[in-house]
Amino acid sequence: MKKILLSSIILIIGITFIGRLSYLQIFSFSPDQVLDDSAIKAIYDYPERGYIYDRNGKLMVANQPAYDVMVIPREVVPLDTLEFCSLLGISKEKFIQTLNKARVYSPRLPSVLVPQLSKVDYASLQEKMRKYRGFYIQKRSLRGYVTHSGANVLGYISEVNERDLEKNPYYVAGELTGRTGIEKEYEEVLRGRKGVKYIQKDRFNRDIGPYKNGILDTIPEQGKEIWVSLDKTLQEYGEKLMRGKRGGIVAIEPSSGEILALISGPTYDPALLVGRERSKNYTKLYYDTIAKPTWDRSILAEPSPGSPFKTLNALVALQEGVIQPETKFRCYNGFFVGRKKRGCHCGGGVRNMTSGIYRSCNAYFAGTFRKIYEKYPTTDEGMDVWEKHMKSFGLGNYLGYDLPTGRRGRIPNKEYYDKVYGDNRWVSSFIISNAIGQGEVAATPIQLANMTAAIANRGHYFTPHVIKKIGGENISFPRFTEAKHTTIDKKHFEPVIQGMAEVYKKGTAKWLQVPGVEIAGKTGTVENFTKIDGVRTQLTDHSVFIAFAPVDKPKIAIAVYIENGYYGARYAGHMASLLIEKYLMGEITRKDLEQRMLEKTLDHEYAKPYSGQPFKINEYVW
Amino acid sequence: MSGRSVLKRVDWLTVLLYFFLVGIGWINIYSSTFSEASPSIFDFGQLYGKQLFFIGVSVISILIVLALEANFYERFSSILYIISAILLLGLFIFGKTIAGATSWYDLGFFNLQPSEFAKIATALALAKYLSDIQTDIKRRKDQFYAFLIILIPALLIIPQPDPGSALVFFALIFVLFREGLPLIYLGIGLITIMIFITTLMFGTTWVGIVMALLIILFLLLKRSSFKVPILPLISFFIIAMAFSLSVNFVFNSVFEQRHRDRFSLWLRLEKDPQKLEQIRKTIGYNTYQSEKAIESGGFFGKGFLEGTRTKGDFVPEQHTDFIFSTVGEEWGFVGTATVVVLFTVLFLRLVYLAERQKNAFSRMYGYGLISILLIHYFINVGMVIGVLPTVGIPLPFFSYGGSGLLGFTILLFIFLKLDSNRLNEWV
Repeated sequence: MKKILLSSIILIIGITFIGRLSYLQIFSFSPDQVLDDSAIKAIYDYPERGYIYDRNGKLMVANQPAYDVMVIPREVVPLDTLEFCSLLGISKEKFIQTLNKARVYSPRLPSVLVPQLSKVDYASLQEKMRKYRGFYIQKRSLRGYVTHSGANVLGYISEVNERDLEKNPYYVAGELTGRTGIEKEYEEVLRGRKGVKYIQKDRFNRDIGPYKNGILDTIPEQGKEIWVSLDKTLQEYGEKLMRGKRGGIVAIEPSSGEILALISGPTYDPALLVGRERSKNYTKLYYDTIAKPTWDRSILAEPSPGSPFKTLNALVALQEGVIQPETKFRCYNGFFVGRKKRGCHCGGGVRNMTSGIYRSCNAYFAGTFRKIYEKYPTTDEGMDVWEKHMKSFGLGNYLGYDLPTGRRGRIPNKEYYDKVYGDNRWVSSFIISNAIGQGEVAATPIQLANMTAAIANRGHYFTPHVIKKIGGENISFPRFTEAKHTTIDKKHFEPVIQGMAEVYKKGTAKWLQVPGVEIAGKTGTVENFTKIDGVRTQLTDHSVFIAFAPVDKPKIAIAVYIENGYYGARYAGHMASLLIEKYLMGEITRKDLEQRMLEKTLDHEYAKPYSGQPFKINEYVW
Repeated sequence: MSGRSVLKRVDWLTVLLYFFLVGIGWINIYSSTFSEASPSIFDFGQLYGKQLFFIGVSVISILIVLALEANFYERFSSILYIISAILLLGLFIFGKTIAGATSWYDLGFFNLQPSEFAKIATALALAKYLSDIQTDIKRRKDQFYAFLIILIPALLIIPQPDPGSALVFFALIFVLFREGLPLIYLGIGLITIMIFITTLMFGTTWVGIVMALLIILFLLLKRSSFKVPILPLISFFIIAMAFSLSVNFVFNSVFEQRHRDRFSLWLRLEKDPQKLEQIRKTIGYNTYQSEKAIESGGFFGKGFLEGTRTKGDFVPEQHTDFIFSTVGEEWGFVGTATVVVLFTVLFLRLVYLAERQKNAFSRMYGYGLISILLIHYFINVGMVIGVLPTVGIPLPFFSYGGSGLLGFTILLFIFLKLDSNRLNEWV
């Protein structure tokens, strides 16, 4: 025992040490930590973020310099605090507080004292900066906007959060990333790639030279400029018209699927989300839960489409062969569902397809819709066929455009009704509202615009997109350049388009003609409800309008949706007409029409549900 | 005896291991004190240059040690012991204070640390006393004298203050075990440590309950023929409980805050993970940094002169007590395991050499040597890799420091001289 005692202890110690070392160096070790090491600091070299131009090469988003006043607390020598504070434009208390905070963070490392000085403040400060030891100015780059429009579609950039850091190892805390809109969708293109230098640090965090002589260092890769398909003029004009109204407008070039304008009202100046006032402004926008300026209605609102949807029902009926363009229905100032009568505003009489469309006859389309599913032995089968046709227009599902948010809209099918009413506990009369675009069917403005483009193209569409050029090169993404075909044959479009053209000639929009341009359009007036104190209350109808022009060689397809704008021709129709004129002619000739749209607001309508008083809806007087 | 025959009979495996360790040690000192400005290894203004000089001095001292008559050491051991005691006493008057400890004589060109030589002298004196024909380690009186030989230098070193070095002397008790000191002392020592640690971790109540249960279990499982020493058992229990109760008092009133922090870190007494992390980064800063440095080395290490934490001086005292962390960072698991294996082989070889001595003095000195080297190695590496609390003692042959290297070298080579001479002894 006494002879082996020491040998055993020696061996036990050896084994314990090897065990502990293998735990540390083999099990706890991960290769990533080499560059995570506190002894190595990565210093990043950020390339300038790419500019954003409109479809005609007009600059929309650029960069502007901003100047942060930095402090290294250790190097600060006693100074004339009062003078310095007045130069910086901050209070003495704030100055002392920030300085203390910086000292707690690290006496040796720079902290931001005053962020994002403007150019003017910087200029006056610059000359006197030498007097103050321990302070210096660091330049950085912020977004600079050359337009006051397109806040929602352009999007904004903001500092990365925990989730971004987890999701994407590229980012380091404090960096900026595109948060919404185009800035988010094309983040990697615009951002470029930062360069990195690895610096060897000592335990006081001082630089002691490049790590491994810089073999791991990289140089920055410039962010690329992009051209978006938006037309800056049209976008700005649309937003001007939208002032005081809520809703969304989407204009698309049918021949390419390029989005010409994506307007949401109310909106805000994109410059609000840049600079020193950013967080204050953001809070204000974010907490406006009634008007919701940051909620892009052009791609997120899902109202019922209303009467524009009738055009699709007409196309489906023609394709299924259940009606001919000449087929007639009689309108009794309404139509009957069982024993219940539903109303119609067309004036009554016998309607064929053209007059059914331009007078927007409910009875005609109820009859048409009934014929579609009566063709099949069961309503279920009829519904399936109808759903398939509708979805081929990009309805009821995500369109696949290049913006980070969207909604499916809804084309109700039998599963949907089974869920709402219970399995097979619904009959055809339950779904008749879909004939006129009310009821369960729902579509976002961009879906409506896309559907209009498909009609304009006589049977196909290109997935809507906002990107046009990246780094000077035209895009060639197959998902945007390949046509999507609808299930409707080309020949069936002409009668429907003729009806839509008549809308401008003698129908619901005859006061809205644009001189020298033949337009095809369709009004929509959408009943809608809200809950006030738990009571379902009807509000003034939404005003909806779709149009494309010129009829034979369409250059623009547009969908306008104005919340509580009353009948289709009133707000939506006016705006569509003005925007088409602006885009195609460049000049507005109908100044009175324009004046009316610029002046009128719907604020009184939006105030009604919150007034706490009983109110009238659909008031005819302007 | 001619020098030639010494060189023939000396145990070359041990010599080889010694030079390996010294060489690896120097490479790591070079790396941890490296300066771009002066990369020449012979720059004596740099620490690695100085250490190279000390290695040279050590080689000369080896030659001298080997050249001296083998029985010189036995004959002069008492005198050396007295001289080293006087040198330790002299520190109280002439000592030079470095880093808070008055442990050095300033010899102008170099600082001499007498405690290093006290280790050699004590190992020699203890061997001399125990090998005396009159001494019987089984006798209480002789045990007392043996303990006294160990205790005197330790007591002189504690007030310097250098508790780490003092602790080393207690390792010499292994010599006594080898020579027949009843193992009950070892048992008592271990039980004391166990009670101390478990009381800190779980409190007196639990220690008492578990101990009572163990005694009951022992009574139940004992052979019926075994006569139970009831009275000693009860008194053992009472003494143990009294000790356990005193632990909290000692810990809270006798220990200083820094000692308490070291224990609460080592035994993870602090349960709040955030506070624990805080302690690790402040009180346990050295260990924390050295653990991190070792961990970051991974399996193969970052390579010679590539240790980022070594370069950034993240580990304090890296060239002295924390030199092993440089091995860990730059040479990885391969390096650390190699060093552990080299030490283990050295120790086992020395045990083998000690056991083959015919002369009792040589054997006991050998055991003294092993005990001293082993406790340095155990406490130092244990501290650097974070399994033991921080105690500032160097890693033999590795750490920067002239007195240390010279002391360990002479300590080792006296034994190799004795070993080479074993066939000339007729006892």
